[in-house]
Amino acid sequence: MSPVFLIIAFVTLFAAAAAMSLRNLVHCALSLVVALAGLAALYLQLDAQFVGFAQILVYVGAVAILIVFAVLLTRSDATPNQAILAPGWIVGIAVSAVVFATLGWAALNSTGLPKEMSPAPVATVKNIGDMLMTQYVLPLEVIGLLLTAALIGAVIIAMKEEPLSNSGRSRSDGASLSKKSEPPHVGSYGSEKEGGGV
Amino acid sequence: MTPLQGCLLVSALLFAIGLAGAVTRRNAILALVGIELMLNAANLNFIAFWRYGPHPEALSGMMVVIFSIAIAAAEAAVGLALIIAIYRHYRTANLDEMKNLKG
Repeated sequence: MSPVFLIIAFVTLFAAAAAMSLRNLVHCALSLVVALAGLAALYLQLDAQFVGFAQILVYVGAVAILIVFAVLLTRSDATPNQAILAPGWIVGIAVSAVVFATLGWAALNSTGLPKEMSPAPVATVKNIGDMLMTQYVLPLEVIGLLLTAALIGAVIIAMKEEPLSNSGRSRSDGASLSKKSEPPHVGSYGSEKEGGGV
Repeated sequence: MTPLQGCLLVSALLFAIGLAGAVTRRNAILALVGIELMLNAANLNFIAFWRYGPHPEALSGMMVVIFSIAIAAAEAAVGLALIIAIYRHYRTANLDEMKNLKG
């Protein structure tokens, strides 16, 4: 194991732990960016250039920005003053420790794992494109369909359900809210679109 | 410890960190971040086994990771849209305050 690998792994794991334990949500998002960039560096170390750069484009570029936007839109106070952990957190930590122990034990004790790195494979973008267009063309089409459906679905879910005049409610009337909004939301979208949406 | 085992240990620890965050944090956004970390840990495993496996020229592990990144992006978009829609109902992003299934 090279020192470079150790350094990158340490930075990645430290940033991931920070992303999961910091109090301020914006700090969490920034630590997540560091962790994902560290993972991209690990991919580059393992000769997976295309995946490394795709990781930077998709995760550091898009998903992190999406998370920052979600923090902004939910106005969750950047630093909450109540507890940040759910009530049964000790159980959660214990379960994840058990999971880590199991995975680590399996990784350290399994026989037959390859010991040496085989010579670096030719994984150019051209090769990957060839594979995507020949052997993996069906999964590629399915992924295209999935992404389209997911993005349209995300827009529909996040669309405003009712005109703005009704939405100036306080949190206390959240219980009575259930009567106001009809379960099939599709109808209210149409009416809201005609109403100009404010 | 071989380099492959090093990668597997890093990915196992990353998975455990993500799992701990996803089940213990109250904020829904951070639960989603934990899920992203777990997905990334799985991706690291795929890349490591691809690189140290006997037939890296088949590119199969890399293909799985490329598709998995695409699915993770779709999952993040839908998950954050759900969080925003739920926030509009409950005026909170804390998971333990969302107790009603109806409305």
